[in-house]
Order: sequence, then structure tokens, then C-alpha cells
Amino acid sequence: MNTVSESFALAAGLVTHFDPHLVDIVFLSLRVSFTATFFAACLGLPIGAAIAVGRFPGRDALIVVLNAMMGLPPVVVGLVVYLLLSRAGPLGALGLLFTPAAMVVAQAILITPIIAALTRQTVADAWGEYREQLTSLGAGTFRAAMTLLWDTRFSLATVLLAGFGRAIAEVGAVMIVGGNINGVTRVMTTTIALETSKGDLPLALALGLVLIAIVLLLNSAAHATRGWAKARFG
Amino acid sequence: MAETVTGLPIVLTGVAAAPGGVPVLAGIDLELTAGGRTVLLGPNGAGKSTLLRVLHGLIPPSGGSIKWGDATTRPTGQAMVFQRPVMLRRSAAENIRYALDLAGIRGADADERIAEALDEVGLRALANRPARVLSGGEQQKLAFARVWALRPEVVFLDEPTASLDPAAARSVEKIIVDIHRRGTTVVMTTHNLVQAKRLADDILFLHAGRVTERTRAQEFFAGPRTAEATAFLEGERL
Repeated sequence: MNTVSESFALAAGLVTHFDPHLVDIVFLSLRVSFTATFFAACLGLPIGAAIAVGRFPGRDALIVVLNAMMGLPPVVVGLVVYLLLSRAGPLGALGLLFTPAAMVVAQAILITPIIAALTRQTVADAWGEYREQLTSLGAGTFRAAMTLLWDTRFSLATVLLAGFGRAIAEVGAVMIVGGNINGVTRVMTTTIALETSKGDLPLALALGLVLIAIVLLLNSAAHATRGWAKARFG
Repeated sequence: MAETVTGLPIVLTGVAAAPGGVPVLAGIDLELTAGGRTVLLGPNGAGKSTLLRVLHGLIPPSGGSIKWGDATTRPTGQAMVFQRPVMLRRSAAENIRYALDLAGIRGADADERIAEALDEVGLRALANRPARVLSGGEQQKLAFARVWALRPEVVFLDEPTASLDPAAARSVEKIIVDIHRRGTTVVMTTHNLVQAKRLADDILFLHAGRVTERTRAQEFFAGPRTAEATAFLEGERL
């Protein structure tokens, strides 16, 4: 086993030399998590906006459920998706189990409530400010919701990043539905878990460094964008 | 000239209102006809802003009935300016365009109205400036530009100069006069009695959620008929 300092040195070497194996894993992780975030955004943004602006029976209960679902245990999501996609499951015929598509499904299920709940809160705050003006101008519920989604777009970018951050850092669900197959479904987090258990730290550390760098980079971009937007648009 | 009249007179019969479950208005019988400038006066908590919102259809009555012309739902052709203007995160011109789009006015007609409205309030040079970074006075003028472009038959103004400095307030008053001259009926609230004297044709005095006096402005300021209005005016003069 390498010493910690040796492991760090080897990890740095893997990163700086763009080790092909490491690059493949990173790109697969990004592809899966960006795709999952895209689908989760397509669902979560309109759901959040509709709950924020709409008034219907059971709305309060729905908000409570949505907020609670932000804490969905990833392994439970993984298990449910596994059961759905397994050969004997209702969606088994699709043949998605142990493919990146299954990992996208699991991550999307995991982060859709996060995006929807945070969107609801963001849009509801804006609705409190805009409601009378938009109603006065004759905006119906749908138009108001669309307007608020656009007007809060810079805050919602942070919401999407929160979802993406949760997706790319997740390990339990993708391990179950992806199977951690080398070259097929092995992403950063599952590789880190596997390599650490094997005692082979350099690759695990290198991926950990890349993972942290990605999250830092995206959050820095979001922070800068929000600051720019605040100065530019008020 | 204002668009085709569809929502006047506004007739309130025994209207009560309890926004958020708190009774604010009770037993309001009122008819607002076209053409005038009506100023709602009264002490804090009298229900002026609530009445304005009921007239504009933003707060449904909890009792009684309201009719806009022959309609029982709020018609188009109304606009409102709030004490604190609310602007979307887009340019000054695009804020007006958004309102016009909702009213079904698009294309060259919208462009023309936007330019004319910004000229009217003196914001043409700031047309492409993000609305929310404008000063408070400029944002309020932009809110009036939105009204100017919409050409409503009636506009409700909720203390439109309350948060403005005197120069900006006078500038907004001039815009109000211009809007009225173009044929728009004006209904507004204010705490500024001098402003009320300058702008009002009629005074509607509210006290404890009821209209206790409605009279011509000159008569009201010369000698109100009710003890509440007299006390209000004396209080203001202190």
C-alpha cells in the first residue's frame, strides 16, 4: 500500500497527465449527472412554480411531502429503481438495468424533489412580491408562473447546481442500478468507493480532487453569475 | 384617448371585505362613473387601499356585490400603480412591452406605444436600462409609463407619490393630470392633503371601513360634513 503522501503524488500525476482511465470516468460522471439534472429540471422547475403560484386542495400537504422528499435516502431510490428495471420488474423489458440510463433515472428521481422544492420556495418568495402587479396586469396563473421562472432565473441556476451537486456526489443509488461496471457504469463516486476498499488510493484521491474541483468550479460560477445579475438586473 | 369603455360605472352594493380574514370594509355603497378624479382620504387603517383593491378586483368582496359596467368579473381596461412599483428583471422598455403583450398589443403598435409612453414620463433615454436598477422615482415614472401605454379607461393609484421626493412627486402629479386629460378616470389614495386639493375633483372619505362622506373636493376642504372628516383635517393641520 502507498503512503498517503505517495498516494497524493500519484493522484496529482493522474490528474495533471489526464490519465485516460480517469478522464473516461470523469466524463461518464458528468454525462450522467448533467443528463439527470436536465430531466430533473424539466420536471422540477414547472412543478415548483405551479405549486408556488397555484392554489388547490392539498397544496400544503404537497409542500410538506415535497420538502420531506429532499431527504430521500439514495440507496432506497436505488433499490426502487432496481426493482422497476430488473428483468422481473414492470420496466424490465427496457433492458436499462446496469446501464448509464438507469443511473440517470436514479439520479433524476433523487434530485427532482430537491429542484422542485427549492424552486417552489424561490418562486413563492418572488410571487409574494409580484402577485398584485402581475394580477393587476391580467397575468393568469400559467403566465405568472412562467414570468416568475424567468425573473428568478439566476437564483434558479443555483437551485439547479444544488441538484447537480447532489447527483454527482451520490454513490448508493448509482452503485445499485449501475453495478459499477468498469468502462460502462463506473463513475467517480463508485470508483472512489471501490478503489478505497481495495486500498488503491491514488485513483480514488485523483477522482476525489476532480470531484471537489468540479463542485467548487460550478458553485463559483453560480456565485459570480448571481453577483453579476444582481448588479446588472437588480 | 382611453380605450373603449367597458367597465364603468363601477357599482358597489353593500360591499364588505376581509382580506386575510380581517374585516376591513363594511357596507360600502358606491358608484364610480367615468371621467373624474376621485381621491380616497381617511386615517391609517380606514380601508382606503383595500377599497382600491376591491375596485380593481384584486380583493374579492366578502359580502355584497360589485359590478364593472355590466360585468361581475373585472374587465380589461383597468390599471393600477402601487406605492412601491414592482418591475420585472428586464429593461424599462421590456417592462412596458410585457404589460402590452398581456393586453394583446404587440408588434409595431406596441413599439409605438412604448416610445410614446417613455417620452411622456421622460425616460426615453433609459429605455434599455434594467428597470430594477432605476431610482425609486424613475421606477414609479416607469409604472406610469406602463399605464400610459395601456391607455386604460380607469387607473387606480395607491399613494403613488408616498415614497418620492417633492420634485419627483410633482413630476408624477403632472403625469397623473396628463393621463386624466387623455380620458382616463383616476381613483387614488393619498395622505398628502395639498396633493389631494391639487388633483381631486371628488373626495371619498373613509373612516373605520365605511364611506362616511363623498363630496366635491372644494366643498370638502371648505367644510367637511362629518365630525370624522373634520377631525381628520384638523389632525393633518397640526
